[in-house]
Amino acid sequence: MDYEAVIGLEAHVQLKTQSKMFCGCATEFGAEPNTLVCPVCLGYPGVLPVMNEEAVRKTILSGLMLGCEIARFSKWDRKNYFYPDMPKNYQISQYDLPLCKGGMVAISGKTLGITRIHLEEDVAKSFHYETTSGVDFNRAGTALMEIVSEPDMRTPEEAFAYLTALKEVLIGGGVSDCDMEKGQLRCDANVSVRPVGQKAFGEKIEIKNMNSISGVRRALAYEIQRQIAAAKRGEKMVQETRRWDDETGVTSVMRTKEHAHDYRYFPEPDLMPVVVSEAWLSEIRSAVPELPEAKRRRFVEQYGLPEYDAEVLVADAAVAAYYEQAAAGSKNPKAISNWVMTELLSRFADSKIAPAQLAELVAAIEAGQISGKMAKDVFAEMFATGKNAAVIIKEKGLVQVSDAGALEALVEQAIAANPKSVADFRAGNAAAINFLKGQVMKLSKGKANPQLAGEILARKLQGA
Amino acid sequence: MSLHTLTVCQLRVKIHRGEVSAREATQSLLDRIATVDGKVKAYNWLNAADALAQADAAKKDGALAGIPIAIKDVINVDGQPCTCASKILKGYVSPYDATVIRKLREAGAILVGRTNMDEFAMGSSTENSSWGTTRNPWDLERIPGGSSGGSAAAVAADEAFAALGSDTGGSIRQPAALCGCVGLKPTYGRVSRYGLVAFASSLDQIGPFTKDVRDAALLLGVIAGHDPMDSTSVPRPVPDYVAALERGVKGLRIGLPKEYFIPGMDREVEAAVRAAIGKLESLGAEVVEISLPHTDYAVAVYYLVATAEASANLARFDGVRYGARVKGEDVIDTYGKTRGSGFGPEVKRRIILGTYALSAGYYDAYYLRAQKVRTLIRQDFEKAFAKCDVIVTPTTPEVAFKVGEKSDDPLKMYLSDIFTISVNLAGICGVSIPCGFARKLPIGLQIIGKVFDEETILRLACAYEQVTDWHKQRPKL
Repeated sequence: MDYEAVIGLEAHVQLKTQSKMFCGCATEFGAEPNTLVCPVCLGYPGVLPVMNEEAVRKTILSGLMLGCEIARFSKWDRKNYFYPDMPKNYQISQYDLPLCKGGMVAISGKTLGITRIHLEEDVAKSFHYETTSGVDFNRAGTALMEIVSEPDMRTPEEAFAYLTALKEVLIGGGVSDCDMEKGQLRCDANVSVRPVGQKAFGEKIEIKNMNSISGVRRALAYEIQRQIAAAKRGEKMVQETRRWDDETGVTSVMRTKEHAHDYRYFPEPDLMPVVVSEAWLSEIRSAVPELPEAKRRRFVEQYGLPEYDAEVLVADAAVAAYYEQAAAGSKNPKAISNWVMTELLSRFADSKIAPAQLAELVAAIEAGQISGKMAKDVFAEMFATGKNAAVIIKEKGLVQVSDAGALEALVEQAIAANPKSVADFRAGNAAAINFLKGQVMKLSKGKANPQLAGEILARKLQGA
Repeated sequence: MSLHTLTVCQLRVKIHRGEVSAREATQSLLDRIATVDGKVKAYNWLNAADALAQADAAKKDGALAGIPIAIKDVINVDGQPCTCASKILKGYVSPYDATVIRKLREAGAILVGRTNMDEFAMGSSTENSSWGTTRNPWDLERIPGGSSGGSAAAVAADEAFAALGSDTGGSIRQPAALCGCVGLKPTYGRVSRYGLVAFASSLDQIGPFTKDVRDAALLLGVIAGHDPMDSTSVPRPVPDYVAALERGVKGLRIGLPKEYFIPGMDREVEAAVRAAIGKLESLGAEVVEISLPHTDYAVAVYYLVATAEASANLARFDGVRYGARVKGEDVIDTYGKTRGSGFGPEVKRRIILGTYALSAGYYDAYYLRAQKVRTLIRQDFEKAFAKCDVIVTPTTPEVAFKVGEKSDDPLKMYLSDIFTISVNLAGICGVSIPCGFARKLPIGLQIIGKVFDEETILRLACAYEQVTDWHKQRPKL
């Protein structure tokens, strides 16, 4: 019998906000433990939460980017469970009225459904030592968005593609940096297997503790194989939570259904419901950026770029925006793309070249004013100083010699000085012309228009 | 005349005129506390040196400049302990001021000490306190009411010019009635809860205990107002409550709910309340009978909603970050031992009840249904207020009972709040004022108002006070 897997993902995304979800503490990563804390995020007696409106805005923006329906009325709930990383021993979350419902993520050849997106507060981080444990509450209370997918994925590769696409959308919208190493994107997976053709789902197993998108793929691949092998042996799966160990590459039981929590959700009495007005919603809607997929298609059509170029440029929203500004003022968008991809991309942040300046450089090459080789030097100078190409060209006296009369004299000089090469060429050694061309360039101190010099040289050698 | 017997408004005038200094007022109060608090046991914590230092530094121009105020041990004051009368908060020192405390400081008040209460404000007698029971100044064998029994007893015994308490189901009005002082529970959202250790978040409200109605109006004006730190506080201007007292009561319609005059009520209490109503009529108020048909369900609804919220609110006391910790073998064991030894029996009972009410399979039958009935109770009041401007009832069905009399019977204890609980469930305001004595024990008259209509209940209370002298009676200690 053949089996197939059914996969659903729960992604936790830390929002890029200045302050935490319910207090004024900063959200910086890597600060000294327990320095970004206050009575509110430490759960001191008597404190009250105050909602961070920017976090709600970014969640709604995410929902709009992912095609969700935005709730006009949404509320907060308390999720109760005891754990040392949870300051109040309840988490303020959203239970039955999340901010966003429905939605989808496009991967190649398929769209994958999103069930809901809700907002909550992150927990602290525990550290375990030999005989004691410590808790760092810096992360506690950070705005955390949970995106729950439909069980639409069938392979680890689809799960990988889903997370990659999701990440791209969220980064593109400025919602989160999604840096998994910093814990800004975390993911749990629900996976079950069933015989191909069967409609009902198998018992789902939840996998936790995956720290990278490829880790999710590996964990799923392992778990699916494990479940299929068990099914083939006739074993029945029971609902449970398993922990992925990235080093050994296996999952192991964390807790079984009998030990599942009863979270005793109830409406958070310390906060008012979230009412999203039509005006606010349309304001957020106007801030929805173009989705990466649409932008790639547009780059191919509008600028005549190869798919590859579009892919590379769109991958980083800042680079894409830079490219568009430069290409807008250029007759050769492909040349702009080449410059951005080969010279700029790897050190984009350090560059002092404005988009219009890059367009000007490309125009100078197009006009034959400077050679491609000269342009590299000019670019290097622009990169460091931010000066205009024209200024550098003038300062360095780099103007290319394209005057036929002047070039002809240099060509004749080169022919006269190298009779052996001339003889070789005439004896049929075509490559000898390159040496002569090199001599012309040398005589011009590199300023000769190489193409024009070549043409004149060929004409002289053949004609005379 | 001893300074400690003055009302806030009287003392204010003397300080303002320079006849009395803040230090003299504070010292007089400290002397009084030293004399009688050994019997009354109203205070959990006092720092005389600190109080005098505050008095010396007190500003001269605030609404409460130089006036010492006592604070229920459930409201955070920066640098002072806040035990909530629980062993679990042993050693905890507040790192911040509650919003009401900030406002008191800005008005020039002196934060003299912390008053006793039922643990985490759960109780009606101040017997559930890790500090021991506060005594009723009118009869030291009797309870002062609760949960804010320390604040009520302190004001009644002239150990405080005024005090703050908190009221979740009657915890200000009931002890005020039993101790013979004025206790006001403002409308939910009128006073910021930031810094009040939460018992039941949707019911809790901070309010003043005072010797007369004028003082209550003055204090409410200081502590009321919108607070960005409390999302449930309402952005609504604060009226001049003291000025509102002068408007008289002619034509004011007083509703008498037939469900509140029940068989089994102390006859002398009923007689005193009826006499008070007669007095109000003679002042020009008009009496109409009204009905609050869901009154019978109020206690049941309250003990589901309040305990459910409390079960989550008290989860943070786990020994991890502050307070007492009893080390166990692992973290779960530490939780069990810390909470098992830190909480008293009534608190445990309510946490268990609330946890049960929220559990999977029971939520709909208990918590959700209770919330629906709560809506009906609120609607009862809305309908009633179409016919009247205020509602007048007894504050409690009985006068103060003896220490230990009801401690073994939680249900009996819960019923002592039967007339006050609905006001919290409906989110409206209520005040208790002295209206007589039964067997030498004070009786309280409750005046209930519409949402944000503290002006009217205070105005009626003041009119009554001006033609009676119950509020001027003092216990002999």
